[in-house]
Amino acid sequence: MKLRYLGYTLPILVLVALLALFSRGLFLNPRVVPSPLIGKAVPVFSLPRLDAPTQTFTQDEFKGKVALLNVWATWCVACRDEHEALVQFAKQNVIPIYGLDYKDERQSALDWLAKEGDPYTAVAFDATGDVAINWGVYGAPETFLLDKHGIIRHKYIGPLTQDIIQHDLLPRIQKLEQAGS
Amino acid sequence: MIPELGHLALILALCLAVAQAGFGLIGPWRKQLIWMSVARPAAVAQAGFVILAFAALAYAFLTNDFSVQYVADNSNTALPWPYRITAVWGAHEGSLLLWVTVLGLWTIAVARFSRHLPLELVSRVLGVLGVISIGFLLFMLFTSDPFTRLLPPVEQGRDLNPILQDPAMAIHPPMLYTGYVGFSVAFAFAIAALLGGRMDAAWARWSRPWTLVAWLFLTFGITLGSWWSYYELGWGGWWFWDPVENASFMPWLVGTALVHSLVVTEKRGAFKSWTALLAIAAFSLSLLGTFLVRSGVLISVHAFATDPKRGIFILGMIAVFVGAALTLYAWRSPTLSSGGGFKPFSRETLLLLNNILLVVAAGAVLLGTLYPLVLDALDLGKLSVGPPYFKAVFIPIMLPFLVLIGIGPYVRWKRGDSRDTLRAVRISAAVTLLLAVVCIALAGSQTSLMLVIGIVLGIWAILSALREPIHRLRARHDGRHITLPRGMIGMSLAHLGAGVLVLGITITSILGVEEDRVMSPGDTASVAGYQFKFDGVHNVQGPNYQADQGVFHVMRNGSEVTTMLPEKRQFTTTVTTEAAIDPGLFRDIYVALGNPLDNGAWSVRLQYKPLVRFIWLGGVFMMLGGILAASDRRYRRNAPQAEFDTSAAKPAEPDSEVVTENRE
Repeated sequence: MKLRYLGYTLPILVLVALLALFSRGLFLNPRVVPSPLIGKAVPVFSLPRLDAPTQTFTQDEFKGKVALLNVWATWCVACRDEHEALVQFAKQNVIPIYGLDYKDERQSALDWLAKEGDPYTAVAFDATGDVAINWGVYGAPETFLLDKHGIIRHKYIGPLTQDIIQHDLLPRIQKLEQAGS
Repeated sequence: MIPELGHLALILALCLAVAQAGFGLIGPWRKQLIWMSVARPAAVAQAGFVILAFAALAYAFLTNDFSVQYVADNSNTALPWPYRITAVWGAHEGSLLLWVTVLGLWTIAVARFSRHLPLELVSRVLGVLGVISIGFLLFMLFTSDPFTRLLPPVEQGRDLNPILQDPAMAIHPPMLYTGYVGFSVAFAFAIAALLGGRMDAAWARWSRPWTLVAWLFLTFGITLGSWWSYYELGWGGWWFWDPVENASFMPWLVGTALVHSLVVTEKRGAFKSWTALLAIAAFSLSLLGTFLVRSGVLISVHAFATDPKRGIFILGMIAVFVGAALTLYAWRSPTLSSGGGFKPFSRETLLLLNNILLVVAAGAVLLGTLYPLVLDALDLGKLSVGPPYFKAVFIPIMLPFLVLIGIGPYVRWKRGDSRDTLRAVRISAAVTLLLAVVCIALAGSQTSLMLVIGIVLGIWAILSALREPIHRLRARHDGRHITLPRGMIGMSLAHLGAGVLVLGITITSILGVEEDRVMSPGDTASVAGYQFKFDGVHNVQGPNYQADQGVFHVMRNGSEVTTMLPEKRQFTTTVTTEAAIDPGLFRDIYVALGNPLDNGAWSVRLQYKPLVRFIWLGGVFMMLGGILAASDRRYRRNAPQAEFDTSAAKPAEPDSEVVTENRE
């Protein structure tokens, strides 16, 4: 008889277990995926600059300073959401922000920056997305934090906000700036 | 002004929902006739105000009222007006309003079509629906108000997500929600029966049509979603095992089990508590689906903008609704009688097997969907399980299921006779084998074990579904008095649909051809006997987008088949891929533009998909079967009948004729 009652209460136990799982899940961020590239040097690449197709942009650009590399595109809705935050951050002049324009069209990208403001020190134009693959990019926007030796220290997936920049990125930047001095 | 009225309508609806729930649930408990009779008008008024709120939001969209934040975020003046209506449910707040509106429509339907049921039961059912309305209205008012003003208003709104600007996608959410929310009626009936302690054949008969209607809408919604992703996402796939797809598939599986177990409860009075549990589970999984889509615990291409506050609210709602339902279940169901007994070989046993397989399948999908979350929660790393897991787990569960589908209808209740069954299925079994041999011969070198199994089971399900209607028609032709009840035809049609679906899935997955090519203007590519000549790309201007349109001339055996024009559409900020599809009942040819390369060359995806239409055709058959079964005359009788014995003796029962003749 006991066993019979257990059968009837089993669904509740399943529910409780699931609820526990979900409430834990709510406070996890599925977008925080550890990148295998963290702690490694940036991939070697050579791309044309967005504004000047004849000039090339290589990994050497990042040497000697803490920098951000933001992967974006005009077709990406979430990039539009983070753009304002990037523009504001650029105005503070903390570190240079580089852009990697990913699978995009040159003219629409230039128009977009002219209209919405250009937070980037320089933008590499990756029309085919091949370089982005080497960086392990699987969607825009993604943002990489690089140290003075051109080593990837942090990766943020998804749109940046003022809040994330102030409370997550800035402390990391300060740590990196102090570390290498 | 109108948005404020909409907001006010929601608040009034909430107050009325409290009345509906309170009078509906407390009335029967206190035996207050007047309280019970208040539940119905309160429910109708509640639903009316929700519909009013929905109309207010639709009006704001139609008039481009960008002083409403939600409108400004999801619509702009260039959007064609039909899409301004569908933009109402294009994002989180509005789709929640749609959810509540659909619940309102179901509530009105229950209030309208339940006049012949005992007042106590109706009152409880409406009470439970009222509780659900309270939950969702609170959720909307506290975390997701669609009427929030944006001051000062903006000149121009953002665009509706372009992949949602499509006729199929426009009606996909309402269909899906009608299914999801419809299970709340089955849930409410189960809770009402548990509360009243009267869980009998009559209860099962009353819930059956509601469950069937919910199920058929969900079937249609899923089919539509699959079709949409096939031609719109540009990959030519029709099912991705994406968490959000799974979220609609799990209630479907459990709902299918429920539709079958209700039959047993109605006809034989057995499986009572199991049926109640399935009704609770189907609705719980609908709620879970809502949670998964809106909380951001899982990454998905479908996920809405996420907000942990919303996740916590829905989680709390699940805890309260499902927790209360399951507690009631644990308390009440041990007292239920177990109903008529049955032998190991009987229709009851086969339907029990059907239920077990469906529930195990739903469990496997749930496990696969939640597995990444479990690992993450236990700090075991990040991982996701993809289609390989689902295929490996799901297919073996479905194989015995498809064998059963052809046998079940030909086994008698209570005590089956294997010789009768054998006699009923022998022709379909023989023809199945014959046709399978022919198909395999045609497939030639591409034959594989899965192909053989899939074809055999698909044809088997189709033929055994056809056998019963044909048999009855012939008997009637011979002048015998044999009925063709809609319930029986509906069942046959749905089973036929399952067979058609399996054939489509098997043949498309195994015999389909998919090639990615780089093509320059003038190039010709050959895929599965078709020659695709690429004539370059030109610009096309749409109402709110610009497109690169490719031109492909398709030839076969030297004669032109068609000209295909795939597009790459550039909306304000997003690019979508519009694949060109030359559809046919037996094969689709599919061309999608990838990315532009140098010198006018493009990467191009060319596909040949045999029988892919059968997948959606199967879904449509299942839905039509559901419509027929739900409209069976038996459900429209006015007088309530409590005893299952009386109905079991009616000729309307979808039994096989062999069984009818041999009835004791």
